[in-house]
Amino acid sequence: MVKFKIDNKVVEAKEGEYLLDVARRYGFSIPTLCHHEALGSDGRCRVCVVEVKTRWRKRIVTSCLFPVSKDIEEVYTASEDVKLVRRTVLELLLARCPESDVIRYMAAKYGITEPRYKKDTDKGKCILCNMCVRTCENIVGVSAIGIIGKGPEKKISPPFREASDACIGCGACVAVCPTGHIFMEDKDGIRLIWRKRFELAVCPKCGRYHAPVEQLEFISKKTNVPMEELLVCTNCR
Amino acid sequence: METDRAKLDNTIAKYGNDRSLLLSMFQDIQREYRYLPKEAIKYVCEKLNIPVVKGYEMATFYKSLSLVPRGKHTIHVCMGTACHLKGAPGVLEAFERDLKVKRGGTTEDMLFTLESVNCLGACALAPLVRVDEKDFGKVNQTSVKNIIDEYKRGE
Ligand code: SF4
Ligand code: FES
Ligand code: FES
Repeated sequence: MVKFKIDNKVVEAKEGEYLLDVARRYGFSIPTLCHHEALGSDGRCRVCVVEVKTRWRKRIVTSCLFPVSKDIEEVYTASEDVKLVRRTVLELLLARCPESDVIRYMAAKYGITEPRYKKDTDKGKCILCNMCVRTCENIVGVSAIGIIGKGPEKKISPPFREASDACIGCGACVAVCPTGHIFMEDKDGIRLIWRKRFELAVCPKCGRYHAPVEQLEFISKKTNVPMEELLVCTNCR
Repeated sequence: METDRAKLDNTIAKYGNDRSLLLSMFQDIQREYRYLPKEAIKYVCEKLNIPVVKGYEMATFYKSLSLVPRGKHTIHVCMGTACHLKGAPGVLEAFERDLKVKRGGTTEDMLFTLESVNCLGACALAPLVRVDEKDFGKVNQTSVKNIIDEYKRGE
């Protein structure tokens, strides 16, 4: 266990624990856009920056990936430098995703309503936090989408930018996306997502469309629960 | 394009079915077909039990891999700072005009793919053009013609 201060309050943490987790445990609020309890950290969004002071120097670090060590003396979650860096990060994100109300709201808190940078028009609301990809790979376990391309052209997509055999239409990526970028539509018994059409299963008890047949088949195969049982929606089970 | 399964199997075997060597496999396939056919990406990934999207991520990340067929020769026009100052934009334009393709494109006869790069590390020779592995220094509009002719004659 090591002791140090976060915003002047003494805290205790295990060596190697990430600063963000320690800070949150003690009730400090640090904004994040690519961190999720179930997914861990990925260090993509950079809004979680804090300032760390050691015996030798002060510096800005991404708290979600910065391990606690004996060298840390103090951490500041809202110093002038932290605010400056966070403001810049949010300004860049806003320039990338001017349509995102989430980013707009966060940026406004730091006094940014209009970015100074040229606004992108082709990125939608995607900030490339990678949470959808990590969810699809690590939680759902199918890896239907990925980060495609590089540089300014990078985007989230299924392989070959077409309907993917791997996708089961579960919509977990939609649920985890912090900005609501991913398009999904359920209409007349059909779910549309990632350029793929899914037939939705009808619950034999209440007659409600509830989940893509392909997703239920996937679950059935994984868990050995027969399809007949899975076809009944969670409300009627 | 038809991809030869047996050949792909050989490539995979050559790298001991080791999925961490996927890039090497892709490079071999790229060399063979002068691009990475979609079927090849799918086949290799499935064989190695890698999600297809991982192969596609890799294929779209590395500049040496291409998803569309490339020309027999790749012309790299250096657009780095030194070359830029020494007239690289004019050189690129000359290539585009003479080959009738835009940067990144491939000629109809599949002989040339035109690319730009940022600094090939031989700035003293600016403006520099690299065709496959061969460098041409101090290029001007006339030498652009000569370079193209040299490779066309080689056919
Ligand atoms: S689509 Fe959403 S979850 Fe996926 S990378 Fe973009 S912002 Fe993140
Ligand atoms: S939460 Fe730390 S970089 Fe996104
Ligand atoms: S700028 Fe062209 S070789 Fe360096």
